[in-house]
Amino acid sequence: MATTVIIGAGPAGLTAARTLIAGGVTDVTILERNPEAGGLPRFCGHLGWGFFDYHRIWSGPAYARRLVADARGATLRTNVSVTSLGPGGVLEISTPQGRETLTPRAVLLAAGIRETTRAARLIGGTRPWGVVSTGAFQEMVYAGGQMPFRRPVVLGTELVSFSALLTARHAGIRPVAMIEEAARITARRLGDLFARHILGVPVLTRTKLVSIEGTSRVDGVIVEENGMQRRIDCDGVIVTGRFAPEAALLRGGPLALDPATGGPQIDSFYRTSDPAIFAAGNVLRPVEHSGQAAAEGAAAATAMLRDLAGTLPAPADAIPVTPAGALRYVYPQRVFRDAGAITLYARASQACRGTLRLKAEGRTLVERRIDALPERRITLTIPEGALKKICRVELELA
Amino acid sequence: MTLPPDVPYDIAVIGAGVVGCAVFRDFSLSGLRVVLLERGADILSGASKANSALLHTGFDAVPGSLESRLMQEGAARYRRIHQGMGLPLLPTGAVVVAWNAADEAALPGILERGHANGVHDVRPMGADELRAREPHLAPEARGGVWVPGESVIDAWSAPLGYALQGIAAGGRVLRRAGVRGGTRDEAGTWRLDTEVGPVAARLVVNCAGNQGDIVEAIARPSPFEIRPRKGQFVVLDKTAYRLATAIILPVPNERTKGVVISRTAFGNLLVGPTAEEQPDRERAATDTAALESLLAQGRRMIPAIAQETVTTAYAGLRPATQFKDYQIEALPKEGWISIGGIRSTGLTAALGIAAHARRLYEAHFATLPAFEEPEGPVMPNLTEELPRPWQEDHREEIICHCEMVTRREIAAAFDGPLPAGDLGGLKRRSRCMMGRCQGFYCFRRVMEIAAPHLPDLVSPLGGAR
Repeated sequence: MATTVIIGAGPAGLTAARTLIAGGVTDVTILERNPEAGGLPRFCGHLGWGFFDYHRIWSGPAYARRLVADARGATLRTNVSVTSLGPGGVLEISTPQGRETLTPRAVLLAAGIRETTRAARLIGGTRPWGVVSTGAFQEMVYAGGQMPFRRPVVLGTELVSFSALLTARHAGIRPVAMIEEAARITARRLGDLFARHILGVPVLTRTKLVSIEGTSRVDGVIVEENGMQRRIDCDGVIVTGRFAPEAALLRGGPLALDPATGGPQIDSFYRTSDPAIFAAGNVLRPVEHSGQAAAEGAAAATAMLRDLAGTLPAPADAIPVTPAGALRYVYPQRVFRDAGAITLYARASQACRGTLRLKAEGRTLVERRIDALPERRITLTIPEGALKKICRVELELA
Repeated sequence: MTLPPDVPYDIAVIGAGVVGCAVFRDFSLSGLRVVLLERGADILSGASKANSALLHTGFDAVPGSLESRLMQEGAARYRRIHQGMGLPLLPTGAVVVAWNAADEAALPGILERGHANGVHDVRPMGADELRAREPHLAPEARGGVWVPGESVIDAWSAPLGYALQGIAAGGRVLRRAGVRGGTRDEAGTWRLDTEVGPVAARLVVNCAGNQGDIVEAIARPSPFEIRPRKGQFVVLDKTAYRLATAIILPVPNERTKGVVISRTAFGNLLVGPTAEEQPDRERAATDTAALESLLAQGRRMIPAIAQETVTTAYAGLRPATQFKDYQIEALPKEGWISIGGIRSTGLTAALGIAAHARRLYEAHFATLPAFEEPEGPVMPNLTEELPRPWQEDHREEIICHCEMVTRREIAAAFDGPLPAGDLGGLKRRSRCMMGRCQGFYCFRRVMEIAAPHLPDLVSPLGGAR
């Protein structure tokens, strides 16, 4: 019986496996529902992976191969779907041979993330073929050699939206426009210049996608700009970004979720409300790059090693952290008073400039001026000892 | 191969919606040579692809109407054959919930109408019993009327099964075979001009749904006019399934039955429909405002819906007419049977309508031998109610993780005498790509299986521009 089970063989899960094995755990099993390990980077053929964890710049597939190679020593079980994650980390799984129940000592949930669909955004219109997420588009192009359209529009201007443009360029097609409801693009500036001048794609800000048109295949979209509607002819829509953790396994179950992140609540040791279940990577919150997910996988695995050694503080000793002001979320949602310095991660709901304050019992413990973008990670480190005798803290951006 | 045009079929059924499939089935099983003509790339391309998938009791129909009678007969026939065909029946029951004093005042009338329709097991349900049964309902629920016979079914596997039974009995299904016109010769044989060539038949049954009056005009000036009524629906994630056990019905008003919350056979929670008149009989589009309004209404009834995510949204067009009742008629002189105005109750009534059509045929054209219900085919189970292939030992790989659809199930959708004709047909036969990620994780692998059969969907990278 496996001592530790990792759900998901992406950057977080594979890095955690590597860390557990390096830490001396001999029995690590990784469950992956797809036929091959590596996670989403497998389908992102352009460069940009490995910088944070390997100090190299690889393509997504090269990075994925390296992560898989470095997790050798773990038992990798592909084509295995977890159908239930119960109290104490009891797992019901569906394997090609049949169904099984696993009862490991500790579980790491690293199930990753997906983009919000056209339907979940309540975009109206008909339901023709040619509406895909970036993830699906990239997998079709890089892994399948398939082209679902020639002249799509790209909805959204997050980092991943520009990744969609690069994929389109690789596929030899040019999207007809990028559409953004806000006044500026979501990704860092220069993205729009990059789209316009390098890829030749117009970026339409303050423009809302009203409906998708077409009978069997997309033949256009209706957009609204300054209250005026107009039609853009196209043969597809790439619905990009607005990532959401793949946490359906947890919903309706006993684990405490954070509605703001869409993922499980964790303490500063990546432990969920069930002390046998840890979580790391993009299942924790809307998207971070693979390097951050991998770093979290390593950190969670380090905590799991301590847990196996019996040296983690009791979960009940943690105190809650809540977001306030312009912050959309903050995690870990619970921190320990006397476990060294702790880094909080947060995101703002929209672009804004302000003061980030860690507050407790009416006092400001730490503060700093920041310039926040919804896609940019906000971090704040709580110095060791700062939380003595404190029962709850609030991270505020105002 | 179609028959040579000079050898007429006994019957040409126009329209392969649920009604056309049921009519095709019954006449084929009766030993007639029947052709089912569908203009879409697959069956169920019109009104029947987008409904609420309920098997009604008819408790709220107009007593004495043809619709009431045929709903009862249709539901009873479905209940007799569903197990043999592997078709699901979720015995959820329904409760008509009163939310205010005016609703409460309407409840006795609803009970009375149920009894008048022969649905004798409807009964009042007090607020406490309702709360115990449906703990997620908003506290404003004041009780209601309990309708134990209302059920949920799979709206696609049933008509597909009817069509397959018709084919097994010797019938033929022609798709992309829209009927453009037709003439009747002196011998009384219809010569239909279809998109796949001429089709000759001694009798035509018009089951053309939203095209019903246009097709009817081939035989005569249509006495009914199709006035499409659009219904939009929101499908919530499977995590919302637990929020209602029974079908939650509002007290209806004059124009609409109102917004319903029900489970689906696939394990989701459905909120809808809207009821919107529109002249367009082709385009069934959703719009953001209507979907938001549906969600708001859903949240008012079940507040916990606020925490749930939307899996998908769709719109269907129902072939309403200027009349309230079904428009079904035999025209002996024209060699024609009209089946028009089958609105939202068509899924329930289909087998009743088919039996009625058979009776009209016997009354006006010729007697038919009684037929025995065939054994099978057993439809692949798509519901959460019965075991699915992913749960078997030695399963094939799961391609669609949200709906747990295996490779074999997707491939099987392209097998047999009525393979999927388009992407919608594939989804309706297998459920792939219909889950919460809507293809994020499975598009490529589904396309690898589907592309040889549905060549228009993707082109090879670097292929022709």
